Amino acid sequence: MDNNKVLTVSPSPHVYENISVRKLMYGVVVALIPALGWSVISFGIGAIIVTLVSVLSCIAFEYLIQKFLLKQKPTVTDGSALVTGLLLAFNVPSNLPVGIIIIGALVAIGMGKMSFGGLGTNPFNPALVGRVFLLISFPVQMTSWPEPKGFGTNYIDAQTGATPLGILQEEGDVAVPQLMDKMPQYSDLFYGQMGGSLGEMAAFALIIGFIILLYLRVISWHIPVSTVLSVGVFTGILWLADPTQYADPLFHILSGGLLLGAIFMATDYVTSPMTNKAKWIYGIGIGVLTVIIRVFGSYPEGVSFAILIMNAFVPILNRYIKPDRFGKEVQHG
Amino acid sequence: MKRAYRMNMLKTFTKGGVHPPENKLSGNKPIEKLGLPKQVSIPIAQHIGAPSTPVVNKKDKVKAGDIIAKSQGFVSSNIHASVSGTVSKVGEVMDTSGFRKPAVIINVEDDEWNDSIDTSSDIIRNISYSSQEIVDKILEAGIVGMGGATFPSHVKLSVPEGKKIDTLVINGVECEPYLTSDHRVMLERTEEMLIGVKLIKKALGVDRVLIGIERNKPDAVDHITNFVSEEEGMEVYPLKVKYPQGGEKQLIKALLDREVPSGGLPLDVGVVVHNVGTALAVYEALQKNKPLIERVVTVTGKSLSKPSNFMVRIGTPVKDLIEAAGGLPEDTGKIVSGGPMMGKALNSLDVPVVKGTSGILVIPEREAHRAEEFNCIRCGKCVDVCPMGLEPYLLKQLARLERYEECEENAIMDCMECGSCSFTCPARVPLLDYIRFGKTNVSQLIRNRKQK
Repeated sequence: MDNNKVLTVSPSPHVYENISVRKLMYGVVVALIPALGWSVISFGIGAIIVTLVSVLSCIAFEYLIQKFLLKQKPTVTDGSALVTGLLLAFNVPSNLPVGIIIIGALVAIGMGKMSFGGLGTNPFNPALVGRVFLLISFPVQMTSWPEPKGFGTNYIDAQTGATPLGILQEEGDVAVPQLMDKMPQYSDLFYGQMGGSLGEMAAFALIIGFIILLYLRVISWHIPVSTVLSVGVFTGILWLADPTQYADPLFHILSGGLLLGAIFMATDYVTSPMTNKAKWIYGIGIGVLTVIIRVFGSYPEGVSFAILIMNAFVPILNRYIKPDRFGKEVQHG
Repeated sequence: MKRAYRMNMLKTFTKGGVHPPENKLSGNKPIEKLGLPKQVSIPIAQHIGAPSTPVVNKKDKVKAGDIIAKSQGFVSSNIHASVSGTVSKVGEVMDTSGFRKPAVIINVEDDEWNDSIDTSSDIIRNISYSSQEIVDKILEAGIVGMGGATFPSHVKLSVPEGKKIDTLVINGVECEPYLTSDHRVMLERTEEMLIGVKLIKKALGVDRVLIGIERNKPDAVDHITNFVSEEEGMEVYPLKVKYPQGGEKQLIKALLDREVPSGGLPLDVGVVVHNVGTALAVYEALQKNKPLIERVVTVTGKSLSKPSNFMVRIGTPVKDLIEAAGGLPEDTGKIVSGGPMMGKALNSLDVPVVKGTSGILVIPEREAHRAEEFNCIRCGKCVDVCPMGLEPYLLKQLARLERYEECEENAIMDCMECGSCSFTCPARVPLLDYIRFGKTNVSQLIRNRKQK
């Protein structure tokens, strides 16, 4: 027997699970495909242009910043810039001009992610940093919502209309039940037949994405469920208290960016808490803040802000919400 | 009654855990006696606790079963010659740790056994010992925990004043992938092993024995269930397959829903756990007067031509085992003593088999190296899988920053180094490496504090 064979010596474990950062990121991409597909069918060419520009510029900015500014080995192939690019596109209207998208991508990647040291170190969801920056800087372009007219070649010139939450906000004096006549049916909300950001409208496609994420074990159910549940409960209480003033919970859950936010944005690994208990608190926080902004604030929609605010609480949650230690309840001896 | 249990939902532990591929390649290979080596190297520290003191000198003639090193103190263990022959050296050999350790080296001549040992294969069923006699005999026979931890068995059976033990748990889980030595013992040495269990039961004076076996070994579950169906107070539980169920704290949680307190021992919750291999050794010590000088070792690996289970004399070099299992494959990259989750990588094939060697795993080159490390993406999977409810990502960070007080506050000493965190980390962060480093420093911290 060859006794001079060079053996590798390393500490245990000697086997590893068949997962990687790359696989998890591409899992998210796969889960986004149903919503992206539906968006292209509904908004046409605009959805394709916005998504492509967003994805390509996110990847390009990450590469350029790593290569020339930080002088690191570029890690764009890990898929996280691709996910950020897709999510940024999902969070803007499908008629957004190319220049604005590129600015959004620069802010998302440059300010939201790389300025903190890249993947894993950013406190705020990069796509939302980009999105909120655009919302504040280009309020007109960011709130002109193309209507889903089926696949067409309209891009900047797409016909626009108000979002359901926008109507609710604008016509605050009118009793809610009367407004509801102007609103899309619940089934339209479910199939995304209303104005809104590129990837946020079709509840069913987002829920398929959620199932894919769970099946691929990319995320756990805690954050999406706690977020949606708390929006449901909070708006339910308001609605029961005064149905003429407040919209019902189902409307709140299906409209705006809640599902997109709860399933894809709030669950971003880097910016969400570690333990399941903390995930519940974080999800409930997002839900409550969303409702407060929607119902009492001056913006019609508040999911982005709610997530960013709760992102800021994540370090505190991680510090104080510990997992249940094994054998902690019992006294020693 | 016992059948009814099997219809119930299978038991398992509740916190964390992972599912590494089982790869039990040698599960259906009967135990073969391995031929005697030319020379054995028997380390005198094969157990947790104080090393023993050699009582033989160069050129002494020994027979198999003769004592060659005496236990020093309570937490220590006797060492016996595993072969007959001449002591060629009382020196040092490299052991599993990769360091040179004191050992007795014996040149093998013939196969003579100490006269007091019953070498026949007759099964002695009658138990004629008092509980103290059983403990003394286990001490004398040098029996240690054979699941891998090698804690001297008599210590576990000497229950301190004020502690009440109500249950004996027998660990037949074998949750490490690849390993099948316990599985084979349960199938082939069933009756002897169960007599060993009864001896341990008597030593402890308990009425209840629970035998936990993962359900990936249905033949062992059935076989042992048949054997104990007539026995008072013995129950067999098939368990859901989940690593690290063979950890004693996890097994107690699974079987009895009791949690051993942090820093505590199973006896703090009224339980003592012994491995099936240990039970067999206890049988042999008491009923056959045979000290612990051989054990079953699984020799396995994907490229190995003949994965096997061997009955091996302690001190046999690992290369003899690999040779008998078809020889070292061309693509070998790593050789592990133990299972892939907690085993130690060997740097030489001359390392001897010791009392805690449950398996030798030959890993091909393509699986021998770690993948490139990425930034932690804070996915929290390490927290999810930690069976002790710790935060590996945090402990890693704190250990790296040498913030040991905070490591201690975050219960780093509860870590049993099962490796689930490193196993599951998608960024391939070597979490357990850092945690071990942190533990070493925290123990130093604790020792210094005690000295003040």
